[in-house]
Amino acid sequence: MTDPTIKRIETLLRKPGVIFGAGAAILLLVTALLALAFPLYKPLLSAQFPFSMIVLAVMLALILSATAVCILAERKIAGFTQDRYGPNRVGFWGLLQPLADGLKFLLKEDIIPRHVDKPLFLLAPALALAASLLGFAIIPWAGQVRWPWMPPDAPPLSTQVANLNVGFLYLLAVGSLSVYGVVLAGYASNNKYAFYGGMRAAAQIISYELPLGLGLLVVLLVSGTLQLDQIVQQQAATGVWNIFLHPVAFFLVLVSALAEANRAPFDLPEAEQELVGGYHTEYSAMKFAMFFLGEYVHMITSSALMVALFFGGWHVWGLPGLENVTWWAMLVKLVAYLTKVALFIALFMLVRWTLPRFRFDQLMRVAWQSLVPIGVALLAATAVLTYLGWQHNVWASLAANLLLLVVLLRSAARSKRPVTARQDDLPEVDVRPTA
Amino acid sequence: MRDDDIIVLKEPELTAAERLYLPQILDGLKTTLRHMFDLQRRRAVVHQYPEQKREDTGELRTANYHGVHRLNKDPDGRVACVACFMCSTACPAHCIHIEAGESPWPDREKYPVKFDIDELRCIYCGMCEEACPVDAIELTPLYELVSCTREELILDKEKLLQVYEETKAVKPRKNPPVTDYGLTGRQSLDVAQPNVERKV
Ligand code: SF4
Ligand code: SF4
Repeated sequence: MTDPTIKRIETLLRKPGVIFGAGAAILLLVTALLALAFPLYKPLLSAQFPFSMIVLAVMLALILSATAVCILAERKIAGFTQDRYGPNRVGFWGLLQPLADGLKFLLKEDIIPRHVDKPLFLLAPALALAASLLGFAIIPWAGQVRWPWMPPDAPPLSTQVANLNVGFLYLLAVGSLSVYGVVLAGYASNNKYAFYGGMRAAAQIISYELPLGLGLLVVLLVSGTLQLDQIVQQQAATGVWNIFLHPVAFFLVLVSALAEANRAPFDLPEAEQELVGGYHTEYSAMKFAMFFLGEYVHMITSSALMVALFFGGWHVWGLPGLENVTWWAMLVKLVAYLTKVALFIALFMLVRWTLPRFRFDQLMRVAWQSLVPIGVALLAATAVLTYLGWQHNVWASLAANLLLLVVLLRSAARSKRPVTARQDDLPEVDVRPTA
Repeated sequence: MRDDDIIVLKEPELTAAERLYLPQILDGLKTTLRHMFDLQRRRAVVHQYPEQKREDTGELRTANYHGVHRLNKDPDGRVACVACFMCSTACPAHCIHIEAGESPWPDREKYPVKFDIDELRCIYCGMCEEACPVDAIELTPLYELVSCTREELILDKEKLLQVYEETKAVKPRKNPPVTDYGLTGRQSLDVAQPNVERKV
């Protein structure tokens, strides 16, 4: 760029003071506006339904901007793990990169190839994004809150958008709905690579739905409720997170969550090296961005779900305000929850840049020959524990998990099947001593 | 092939822990994390491109870098190309377009009236350079190929000759006008001493 004005703007944006100053200014402005408009929305805050709507709006804005930050973080982590810097050009330390990305997506030519099934082609990305956003409705972000202006005997408000009775059953249903977007994209693109990607996604999600369901069932047996906020409250009351009871179940859910979000090492539907771009081969501009957003939103949802189920939601030992429902306690809980989610996302990203991709038959093998049997065994063990009334006993649960692990290790040690799974019908060849 | 030429490799036997993948995954995560926080290595390895260039640090191999093309000039300043179409025939991307005309000089039959290379179609394989019998076309170490339109990157004869002027300092024409292969007899003399008047 030789244009001096552009040059000047660029150097200005590279200064940390400018970026952080602008950020602080925007934050101040928003806070000031919210404070000014407070009388307007104060009555809305006291009833559950309007409050849920406000939570919805706030969390939606937060999540969508969080995905932008996630994308930057992903690229930074990718860079760092590969001894690079990652994006560091737009603004100080590359902090404005998400803005530049978004602008690029908006301004790019939006191509609809002539050979596609147009209505489905247009529907697919919207479906992918919408389905992953739906999951947010039942995440219990910050427990309950009673505002200072509410009568002290009023029931506290829930910070969930919807406190569903069916709880995470809804999440399971909605979570697998997001595969519709992917399959439709693959089908509508009328392109064999995209179609392969879609088919892979379908097969993969059906397979990993099972271990996910089994892992969740274990939690269900322990807690006896499907409602996420109650599960969190139970963990907060006893101080024993479910991960300490059932690490194996957590592992099942973690692996399946990775697979459901189409993240590496399970990103076969979009395997660049084999399928060009997989299901989004034919997509460009904002429609591609929607798939992208959908993936990250899905990642955040699964992280939030795992935090609620296994890591005690907003509970951290020794945190002030866990017991009460004042507004500052709500903020503390929210920060605790979001921090845990962020840690999970960091883990997801690290895993992505560490592990190579599975081959498809390996993927199926992992699901059907390892995860599902483990899940069934664990479920049976937990059922017995629950029958005996020991489901909250840490030592009993851990012993069951350990036993399972030992059995697994033994059978793994005995198994002679090669792990890379050469096709079994190939003739066995001998190693001859080289002359 | 004899039997003992065959080396059959078997998958290594894995221990039980390895079969569970987990220790390996943790190992891998450790490696990733180590690289993530290895600031020194990052600084040593990365070139911050527009500010730090490889040609400045002497790490760019100018002699055989496959960048933008150039058309060489012979010592008289004439275009060295004899419009033999070898390069455009060899080009796998079909991006060289030549129109030949009768040469105004006595020492060769043809010369290129038009010589266009579509730098956007080119895959920078260097086949053209290999094919040219008089070493007229060469790839240069210039790699900053930017323009606002596609048309600007179809380089014509004038631009290609200009590239030669720009790059002859960093990369002199590979061979002296007399190539040590292929040219014999009168033709070789013509090329060696192009200024000497001779009867055609
Ligand atoms: S470098 Fe290869 S592709 Fe490019 S013009 Fe020469 S022969 Fe063609
Ligand atoms: S091969 Fe060399 S001499 Fe022949 S047309 Fe190409 S550049 Fe000219």
